[in-house]
Amino acid sequence: MELFELAIGSIFINNIILAQFLGICPFIGTSKKMETAVGMSMAVVFVMVMAGMITWSVDTFLLKALNVEYLRTLSFILVIASLVQFVEMFLKKSIPGLYAGLGIFLPLITTNCAVMGTCLLNIGNEYDFTSALVSAFSYALGFGLALILFAGVRERVNLGRVPKPLQDTSIGLVTAGIIALTFTSFRGMV
Amino acid sequence: MAQSLAKEFTKGLWAEIPPFRLVLGLCPTLAVTKTVENGIGMGLATTFVLVFSNLLISILRNIIPAKVRIACYIVIIATFVTIVELVMQAYTYPLFLKLGIFIPLIVVNCIVLGRAEAFASKNTPVFSVADGLGIGIGFTLSLASLGAVRELIGSGTITIWGGNPVFALGDWYQPFSFMVEAPGAFVALGLMLAGMNLIGKK
Repeated sequence: MELFELAIGSIFINNIILAQFLGICPFIGTSKKMETAVGMSMAVVFVMVMAGMITWSVDTFLLKALNVEYLRTLSFILVIASLVQFVEMFLKKSIPGLYAGLGIFLPLITTNCAVMGTCLLNIGNEYDFTSALVSAFSYALGFGLALILFAGVRERVNLGRVPKPLQDTSIGLVTAGIIALTFTSFRGMV
Repeated sequence: MAQSLAKEFTKGLWAEIPPFRLVLGLCPTLAVTKTVENGIGMGLATTFVLVFSNLLISILRNIIPAKVRIACYIVIIATFVTIVELVMQAYTYPLFLKLGIFIPLIVVNCIVLGRAEAFASKNTPVFSVADGLGIGIGFTLSLASLGAVRELIGSGTITIWGGNPVFALGDWYQPFSFMVEAPGAFVALGLMLAGMNLIGKK
């Protein structure tokens, strides 16, 4: 039950993009077309779950055991960067179909602060392994949900007549603000 | 020499000011600008990392192999971020708590990696430092001005340093708390960006 609450909370109430402000760059960058939004969301779900598990293990069994917690930032970014590289090579060799879909989004994920942010939040909240896994998965789902919703709205907005200074990123941010406003209504659900 | 050096420095303050002209590093921009103080703190921390990572990457630019350069840049950046983290923990602990995970997340701030790849890897150390300093100060100014707009409308105060407001609007003002909440951040940045586009395009 607690895990269910954690999942619902992470997807809707503490949505990683709209409430925690993590991963805004890919959110703005890949939301112009629905296809890229879906590709990015799937790549993030994939990498975030794996990164969540691995960084939790690295932190618990390596950094805390050796008492070198100050190396957390450095080791996490290295873990994430090499994980992304590894996933990319693995997919290219074994599942070319999936690689064709996710390919161009994978390198972008290294500098996606949502991945690193989720890993740091899991450690900061002192979750155990199951909670960390559930939280990483549901944050990733929340990322996908927000990104796909936003891409849908943005495709429509770009068809309309937008005043020149407001075009593109500017109107995108205002739209994101309105979507974030709707997400605040989930507060109090859990 | 001195003239082009000044040019590299001042381009960060207006022509390429992040995040308005160079739309990068939006996460900290939106997340920490509830008050001017947080914005300045975040901006200065980023400036430190930018200047020193630019300097080191520029010194090592002929030694780092091209194939693994991104990984090398990330390690260098992460080192300076760790230094900032430890220094802030020691000397400005309340600010460190307020900025939270966004201090370690400077590592994945696209501005820092972007300058490393686009500028420091191709220019001499002196120019790279000027570039890092300019972009960093521009970023600090942007964060402070966005923070000022949000804090003034959202809570009716301006806090520059140390947690005490230096300016308050008084009791007659009913704070519009939407601006300090998450949705207000998006709307405020979107409108400021539109304002910058309006001024910039003559």
